[in-house]
Order: sequence, then C-alpha cells, then structure tokens
Amino acid sequence: MYFDYTNVLIFFLVGIGFVGVNMVVGSLLRPSKPNPEKNSAYECGEDPIGPNRVQFDIRFYTVALIFIIFDVEIAFLFPWANSFQEFKAAGLGGLVFFEVLVFVSILFLGLVYLWAKGDLDWVKSTEAQRRAALAHRRAEEAKETAADSAKSESATELDLTVAAEAGHH
Amino acid sequence: MTAAHIAFAAFALITVVSAFVVASHRSIVHSAFGLFFTFFGVAGLYLTLGADFVMAAQILIYVGGIMVLLLFGVMLTPSRRSDFVPARFLRALTLGAIVLVGLLWVLKNAHWATQELASPESTIDEIGRQLLTREQYLLPFEVVSVLLLAALIGAAYLARRRKIVD
Repeated sequence: MYFDYTNVLIFFLVGIGFVGVNMVVGSLLRPSKPNPEKNSAYECGEDPIGPNRVQFDIRFYTVALIFIIFDVEIAFLFPWANSFQEFKAAGLGGLVFFEVLVFVSILFLGLVYLWAKGDLDWVKSTEAQRRAALAHRRAEEAKETAADSAKSESATELDLTVAAEAGHH
Repeated sequence: MTAAHIAFAAFALITVVSAFVVASHRSIVHSAFGLFFTFFGVAGLYLTLGADFVMAAQILIYVGGIMVLLLFGVMLTPSRRSDFVPARFLRALTLGAIVLVGLLWVLKNAHWATQELASPESTIDEIGRQLLTREQYLLPFEVVSVLLLAALIGAAYLARRRKIVD
C-alpha cells in the first residue's frame, strides 16, 4: 500500500524543495541593503502604530467552529463516495444514497438553525452588535462614575500593552 | 530498515521536534504554527502505520479545521508573551517526568500483540462497506450525524454574542 503514497510523498518533497531552492537562489542573487525604512512593517506607507496583533472579531471564531462540524461531515462522506459505485453495482445504489441523504439532512437541519438564528449573517450581527453597544453606552451613561473609572483603567492597560510591545521591538 | 521504517522515523522526528517548539516557544502564534507541523507529522505516522483513512481525516480535520480554529482562538486572545517562570517550569518538568516514567513502564511491561500484516490495499473501501451496511455500522453512522448536529448547535449557542449588558 505504500506504493500509492510514494507519489504523495514525492509530490510533498518536491513542493518543499521548490520553495526551499527558490528561497536559497533568491537570497544568493538579490542584493542585500537593509535599512530601517525597509525593515519596518509595511502599512501603506504609514508608520506602524501600536502592536501588530489586534483582537479579531468573535464572529470569525463562530464561523470557524461551524466550519469544523461540516469538515467532519465531509470526512464521513469520503468512505461513502468511495464505496458508492460498489454498492450501485450490487443493486443497492438507491438504498445507500438514501442512507447518506439521511445523514446529510440531519446536519442540514443544523445549517437551517444557524441560518434562522443569524449566525451566518455577517451584516445582521453587526447591526445587533451596534444596537447592543448603543444600549451598553446608555447604561454606562446612567452610572457615569463607575464607567469613568472603568474607562481610565482600560486606557492604562492599552498604554501598557503598547509600551511593552514598543520595548520589545 | 525498509523505506517504511525510514518514513516512520522521519514523521516521528517532525512530530517530536515541532511538538517541542509548541511547548517551548515564547510566542503563542509561533506555538500555533508549530502545532501545524505536529498535526502533519501525526498524519504521516498514521499513514506509515497503514491507517490511510485516519491520515486523510487527520489532515482534513486537524490540519484544515482545528488549526484554523486555534489560530482564530490565538488571535482572539489579547497579545501576551509568556515569560519564563522557574516554579512553573519545575512543576511542568515534574509532571512530564512522571508521565514519561509511566509511559516507559507501560512500554516495557505491556504485552504487544504484534502480527505481520498482509499489506492491506487501502482501508477506505472496507470502512465504506461497513459504514453503509445495515448489519454493521449504519446506525452508528447516522447517529454520528445527530451527534454532530448537537455539537453544531451547542457551539453556535456558546459562541453567540450575547448582550453586552448583563
């Protein structure tokens, strides 16, 4: 059985080799004249401000979570796709197709649920977020003193992060 | 020493070295990228052990899915470089040593029922056959879909942005 995968291995090694050889050849051919301008992170010509790592939106995470579930579903569909012809030849094509249809339909319910709940809806959730933020601000204004202290606290925290990052670079 | 042995050793080396990078690197982003190679090496190990479907699933789910989730997880957490804490290192070392001793003990004392395999062609045909035959694993196969549905709804519910105001 290793024979089949020897092709994969060769493909894999050629892929790695291609990148490696090109990088070595490139580093031998190109002139090396670094300066601070060149070495700074490129942000459309602006001087970069603050840490380069920003907090991503939680919605990316939700989408990734949903993706994994359907990823696992696909992994389960591989053996089915592989064996379908065999079953079909044995006259069981309809039955096997129905079996996998049940499998996919159950998960399709999940997709319908997500769709109905707006988890897949980027714009709508932004709107909901905006409204939540607005409600949050109103609540904050109601108890102003508490809000002020919280704000100054978060501000110092941000400054510290920026200072730490700057010190690191 | 056949080609299979060499391949196994190479994949084991990739796995162990990248796992060490994951555990030891100060930057969590680098650790996450190290884990990419660990998963990949484990996929290679599965292949050299004759489990080609498990390898495909490993690459599809772990390298393709879990890594994406993990990277988003890393990017969602505030940026912080972990510092070297001697006490923590000592604790980890102790725990690691205990696990190592336990594993070596098992390795030495377990009865390994080894058997020459008659070089299976590919496991995926047999998996497909058994998964879709009613007398075998058809019911578990359909139940898996219910399990995935539960996981999907649970994950979406937990990850959903709740109102900021408590």
